[in-house]
Amino acid sequence: MSTEITAVKPRVRDYILHNLLFSDDAAELPDDTSLLDRGIIDSTGVLEVVMFIEETFGLHVKASDMLPENFDTVNAIAAFVERQRQAVA
Amino acid sequence: MCGVAGFFGIADQADADRARLTRMIHTLHHRGPDGYGFHQAPGIGLAHARLAVIDFKTGAQPMANEDGSVWTVFNGEVFNYRALRTQLVAHGHRFATRSDTEVIVHLYEEYGDDFVRHLNGQFALALWDSRRRRLVLARDRCGVRPLFFARAGGRLWFASEIKALLVGAPITARLDPFSLAQTFAYWGPVAPGSVFAGIESLPPGHLLAIEADGRETLTRYWDWTFPERDAPTTRWTSIEQAAGELRELLTDAVRLRLQADVPLGAYLSGGLDSSAVTALMRTAGSTQLRTYSVAFDEAEFDESAEQQTMVRYLGCDHATLRCTRAQIGEAFPAFIRHAEMPVLRTAGVPLMLLAQQVRADGRKVVLTGEGADEVFAGYDLFKEAKVRRFWARQPGSHFRSALLGRLYGYLDHSPTRHAALATAFFGRGMEHLDRPIFAHAPRWSSWQHALRFFAPDLRASLADWNPPDWYEARLPAAIARWAPLARDQYVEAKSLLADYLLPAQGDRPAMAHSVEGRFPFLDHRVIEFANALPARWKIRGLTEKHVLRKALDGLLPPAIQARTKQPYRAPDQASFFANGKPLDYVAELLSPERLAASGYFDPVAVGYLVEKCRRGHAIGFADNQAFVGILSTMLLDETFVRRRAA
Repeated sequence: MSTEITAVKPRVRDYILHNLLFSDDAAELPDDTSLLDRGIIDSTGVLEVVMFIEETFGLHVKASDMLPENFDTVNAIAAFVERQRQAVA
Repeated sequence: MCGVAGFFGIADQADADRARLTRMIHTLHHRGPDGYGFHQAPGIGLAHARLAVIDFKTGAQPMANEDGSVWTVFNGEVFNYRALRTQLVAHGHRFATRSDTEVIVHLYEEYGDDFVRHLNGQFALALWDSRRRRLVLARDRCGVRPLFFARAGGRLWFASEIKALLVGAPITARLDPFSLAQTFAYWGPVAPGSVFAGIESLPPGHLLAIEADGRETLTRYWDWTFPERDAPTTRWTSIEQAAGELRELLTDAVRLRLQADVPLGAYLSGGLDSSAVTALMRTAGSTQLRTYSVAFDEAEFDESAEQQTMVRYLGCDHATLRCTRAQIGEAFPAFIRHAEMPVLRTAGVPLMLLAQQVRADGRKVVLTGEGADEVFAGYDLFKEAKVRRFWARQPGSHFRSALLGRLYGYLDHSPTRHAALATAFFGRGMEHLDRPIFAHAPRWSSWQHALRFFAPDLRASLADWNPPDWYEARLPAAIARWAPLARDQYVEAKSLLADYLLPAQGDRPAMAHSVEGRFPFLDHRVIEFANALPARWKIRGLTEKHVLRKALDGLLPPAIQARTKQPYRAPDQASFFANGKPLDYVAELLSPERLAASGYFDPVAVGYLVEKCRRGHAIGFADNQAFVGILSTMLLDETFVRRRAA
């Protein structure tokens, strides 16, 4: 795992924990838990995560990237951000 | 429209009972500001607050039969009272008034408890049979008018609103956590529950008889019912024939609802249903149409353009209330005091403010299009279920799932905008395909979101509660034999319509300012007619209310007749913030200290939600509903529990 992902992941996790799970308890959110299956994220939840990514990391998320597999876990979101950052670098 | 209150049970001193009845009925002054009336005898008390609409001179209540042996207090209207009166006179009954109320006591003499089956109306009533010493409570078929009761101190107490029970009956106000949970899942506490512990709501279409020895019999005298799914349709040879009959029936339903000794108005939202009612008022003989509507600054909620189209088309004398977020935030505490339940949306608040305008305009009665979406399958929920069922037959079909993109177009953040995400989210719950709750399971899944905000002990006790399973267990066995759309319509009529829309967007906001709403689409003849129609005549392809549109041919401008349903909504959580801060009362009620003291919600979770709303990041239904639900619960606690305990 790259250091970039390591830096991104805590921010993604904190965002989801506070804004979608409304909790302080990090144990509620393992990095590989399915946000879709657990009902943590719904369709507008994905849009919120996209807004967070765009505002926090200065990225533009294309409509064609609005796919469940990019947003289903903390790991997936962090990896997606990393790929996007590398693509624009 | 009026307010009723009373008790039946052990006897007490007459003056003490009068004081109780007086306290109770005074809390219902807004429902009936035109006068109070009482009837008392040992062990029985009836009180009435009157909104005079028919027969100003002799229509006062309580009202009795010829020999004073049967008494009633009645909130509502009997729209077919003239025909009933003619029949009863032919049977030898003598009438002392011109009031619709009087037919009730004579019908009871004639038919006993079956009297209620003869009424075409919207009502909640209590009837006292002094000879047999029995009390009868009854409520209209759909639940337009409210009726609550509680057992305490050897008596059964009843009233139009809970606040009257809290000042009259020896009970302590306490919110019931399970009813709170129901409200966050289904949008309202499920009858016979109310959100207050120990206080029940008489379910729509039911009659409760309490005998002299205390025995109680609860009878369902009417329910929404549908043909078996494979039953052939023999009643009509074509949809054109059905549409023609429907036009006549709707015209008659409107005509009956124009009976009043006061001038009437109509609510005009700009949608198909209210436009139809207003146009049918003209057809039925109203020459001067006074109409009212709500407009918003936010384009997502505003329907001003469509409203103006109808105003010009019909030549209405029209008034518009432009409702701001600030007004909604300011009026919300008063709205909750009237609603007496938590709400997940603010949509009732502008309607309360509109009723204030109607009343100031000198009107007491308005006709509205309420009920058409349940009766003729207008909501996107019905179309969503149709697409999901179609898709479930070929789960790999991209064409079928792509149909989801035609739904929810009116939302700024539509859940169907991105096809892959829509497929992922709407594809869930397919395992419920053959269950009656198939259409509603996705909506009710928002309960899992709301549960996060409950206090840890309540969260633990509710963790295993499954709203679809729980609701399904309460449904009639016959529903399994109905067509899929019929199942969806039944659940919608019993949950959203009866337990949320009719109280929180119908009776309460209007009666807060002594305004009576009348709903032609909820005439039981219209419902029974529509329920017998084939599903394909209600939703044709993905066009909702198809047969209704045909029935309205030539009556409406083409743009209105063809318009896709846009549900009436209002700004939600954004109404409670100004300049980046919560309104003062919001900040106080949602402070960690107050939340902890009330014991319903988790201060940490609510704190994060408030912060998300404050930053303007709460864009989804789930967050908005949770915020409005939590705030309204805290207002209920403040208004009815804390202040009374202090």
